[in-house]
Amino acid sequence: MRYRASVYVTPKAGVVDPQGAVVERALPALGHSGVRNIRVGRYITLEVQGDDLAKAKADVDDMCRRLLANPIIEDYRFEVFPVQSAEGGSVT
Amino acid sequence: MTAGPVRFGIVVFPGSNCDYDACHVLSTFREADPYYLWHKDRDLQNADCVILPGGFSYGDYLRTGAVARFSPIMQEVAAFAAAGGLVLGICNGFQTLAEAHLLHGALRRNRGLRFICHPQYLRVERTDTPFTSRLEVGQVIQVPLNHNEGNWTAGADSLQEIEDQDLVAFRYCDAQGVVSDAANPNGATDNVAGIVNELRNVLGMMPHPERVCEEITGGVDGRGIFQSMIDHVVGGR
Repeated sequence: MRYRASVYVTPKAGVVDPQGAVVERALPALGHSGVRNIRVGRYITLEVQGDDLAKAKADVDDMCRRLLANPIIEDYRFEVFPVQSAEGGSVT
Repeated sequence: MTAGPVRFGIVVFPGSNCDYDACHVLSTFREADPYYLWHKDRDLQNADCVILPGGFSYGDYLRTGAVARFSPIMQEVAAFAAAGGLVLGICNGFQTLAEAHLLHGALRRNRGLRFICHPQYLRVERTDTPFTSRLEVGQVIQVPLNHNEGNWTAGADSLQEIEDQDLVAFRYCDAQGVVSDAANPNGATDNVAGIVNELRNVLGMMPHPERVCEEITGGVDGRGIFQSMIDHVVGGR
């Protein structure tokens, strides 16, 4: 079974985010005043093979913890969905 | 450890670009025998010291040092460090050691998002490490910076441990040795420019000491670090 994951990596609360700070300072020039708390992160999509959803989630969590995010400075969360096969996948 | 010259293994990752500088500079030390180690190697070839040089390993993709950390040789470097071997990470090497959890913290984009490349004053914070024994506490040395992600930080637990154990080796300062936000080039927490691990046998630093080891490149303030490493190895034999 193949699963598709969407992974969101964001700067941890309390960790200064230099990219977010620069974007926040730039927005007033476009007429958007009062914008606050911008955090710039990373969005990763991937597909993974797994026996079941729980295994796929465990795999993605391991990838996040060890490589996709640095838990010292970043938080992560993810969603995992089964990929419908071309033949015989349930269509509702 | 063996007698004879002090063996410096310089790790070459795809994208390393200060490996030749480090090797050249070490060849100017009479007691040193520098050589290269490929990142896919699994043998440090009897190194007395390992250097992770500056550069852009694996294109700096994802995070600086994040992929280099999983190179085959890094397992050997981690084992070498755990056994007390001297490991010096310079710039991208520091980023890689932090990603590998051999040093506290992480290195983020510079405050202001600018790539910085200029000489920088550093205050020597401790001399009871194998990397700084030739220096003086409070001494100001000038060493060039050349990075985009030198903004070091660590979690609250780590910061406390670093403070309790005095793990900061160098801080960014001005010419008089004053450590201040104005003298902080990249936003690093507490002006940290370089830190050691609890065993004090691993040093990571953003500035490039290998670039100030000959007068022709603008100074010799970096020599003391390499000479300290040589002294430590020779003294331990």
